[in-house]
Amino acid sequence: MLKAVLAALMLTITPAQADELRGTGDLGLIVERETGSLLVVDRSERAALGRIEGLGDLSHASLVYSPDERFAYVFGRDGGLTKVDILTRQVVRRVVQAGNSIGGAISDDGQLIAVANYEPGGVRVFDAETLELVADVPMGSKTVGIADAPGSRFIVATWDTGEVWIIDHSHSPAQPGITRLKGIGANPYDALLTSDGRRYIVGLFGEKGLTQIDLWQDPPEVTRFLPDYGRDQPDMPVYKMPHLQGWTLADGVFALPAVGLHQLLWVDADSLTEIARTELAGQPVFALARPDRREVWVNFAPPDNDKLQVVNTLTHEVLDTLTPGKGVLHMEFAPRGREVWLSVRDENRVEIRDTRSREVLGEIEARAPSGIFFTDRAHRTGL
Amino acid sequence: MARLALMPMLLAGAAMAAPPDATRQDELRHLVRQDCGSCHGLRRTGGLGRPITPEALAEREPGDLAEVILDGLPGTAMPGWRPLLTEDEARWIADYLMKTETE
Ligand code: HEC
Repeated sequence: MLKAVLAALMLTITPAQADELRGTGDLGLIVERETGSLLVVDRSERAALGRIEGLGDLSHASLVYSPDERFAYVFGRDGGLTKVDILTRQVVRRVVQAGNSIGGAISDDGQLIAVANYEPGGVRVFDAETLELVADVPMGSKTVGIADAPGSRFIVATWDTGEVWIIDHSHSPAQPGITRLKGIGANPYDALLTSDGRRYIVGLFGEKGLTQIDLWQDPPEVTRFLPDYGRDQPDMPVYKMPHLQGWTLADGVFALPAVGLHQLLWVDADSLTEIARTELAGQPVFALARPDRREVWVNFAPPDNDKLQVVNTLTHEVLDTLTPGKGVLHMEFAPRGREVWLSVRDENRVEIRDTRSREVLGEIEARAPSGIFFTDRAHRTGL
Repeated sequence: MARLALMPMLLAGAAMAAPPDATRQDELRHLVRQDCGSCHGLRRTGGLGRPITPEALAEREPGDLAEVILDGLPGTAMPGWRPLLTEDEARWIADYLMKTETE
């Protein structure tokens, strides 16, 4: 109770003074999708510092951080690209750059922001400082799974046409070189780039199997794998597309959420063959390795989105089933894995748990929270 | 396995073969906004799925839409919601989509 009052008080102390000297390494942003706002949180204090408002439609919103961990670039569903300052808690710039967008990425030098759009289908690239358009790359298709590859490159898959495009800005930002890989598979629904920037793995909705693009090869090498992975029956309902971002390579093994099935698949990264399956409590959405990779944490599509399961990376057994509350949309680990923050959308709160004891350590009020993003993401490839 | 897990919901659904009451209507509004919203957008203006606003659906028959909601559109990402919704509920949602503007 006292905590809630305190939290409410803290929220009224805005905007912040820029001259309050402080670091940003333990800060984060929580997307409040109903209200188009971001909650600025302090990991060490386990508290909200304030709110940034006026960001438009934030359903399915994601964001990336500038290399100095001070600014965030927020990608809204309504096509809005907003640059916010997390220290002063203000919108610095905002452009509505498309009709309908799905995500974005920041180049490895921090200079370029790429936005993947549904409408008009393609990628638009902006100057990170000014948000001015640098390059427009129409693709004639909805785009998914955009990621930053080393060397000022972006990589993205196309839902309607089943292709992967590599956009290379290293020579001329405004005239990027394009590598277009066709025949990747029907309806890629998401993709992931491993943190070494080597493997881009594309999940397919329209057919079985997955596709790996090996970016270490020149030209990039395309390999199909897990020919039986996918929907067992064509009519199997999938209530929420799984997310591949965050499928981490744990101990030489990928943990992949099955599409439509209540299963987690374990795949050997070298041979690209399946080594085990874990039965789960629902259709998995995110399967995230704890930063030490010892466990994989899974959340679920409706109607099982009140639960979380924790799976042992070595034995592939479910260790724990937690029930944080209605609408567990997102999990974000502290950079070294000590605690995990969970957004419990339908209960308007973020819950903080110890990743070992699983105990609840704290709670923050938030309006219909979805994505949680800590600033350490600024220094990771493929987010 | 997946089918089995859905059984209890199915039975619960079958027991409520009547137009949704006020509480259920709240739940359905929430479902449309959040769960349909994950593909059609919070404001139903489209995403992976197309727009399902009153303007976008103006020429449609609510009965047909209810069928789409229950059985999905095979060959697309639109799932069938029959395991989770009764026919009356799907019809209520169809009417709701056609009549209610999003804020
Ligand atoms: C996993 C993604 C997904 C979810 C969740 C989803 N839909 Fe869809 N829906 C689609 C797609 C994709 C289409 C378009 C299919 C096509 O024609 O290509 C569609 C089409 C439709 C249509 C037909 C529109 C038209 O113009 O014919 C209706 C109505 C509809 N959805 C309603 C709903 C409702 C109501 C819900 C929630 C109960 C829902 N959808 C949830 C993906 C989804």
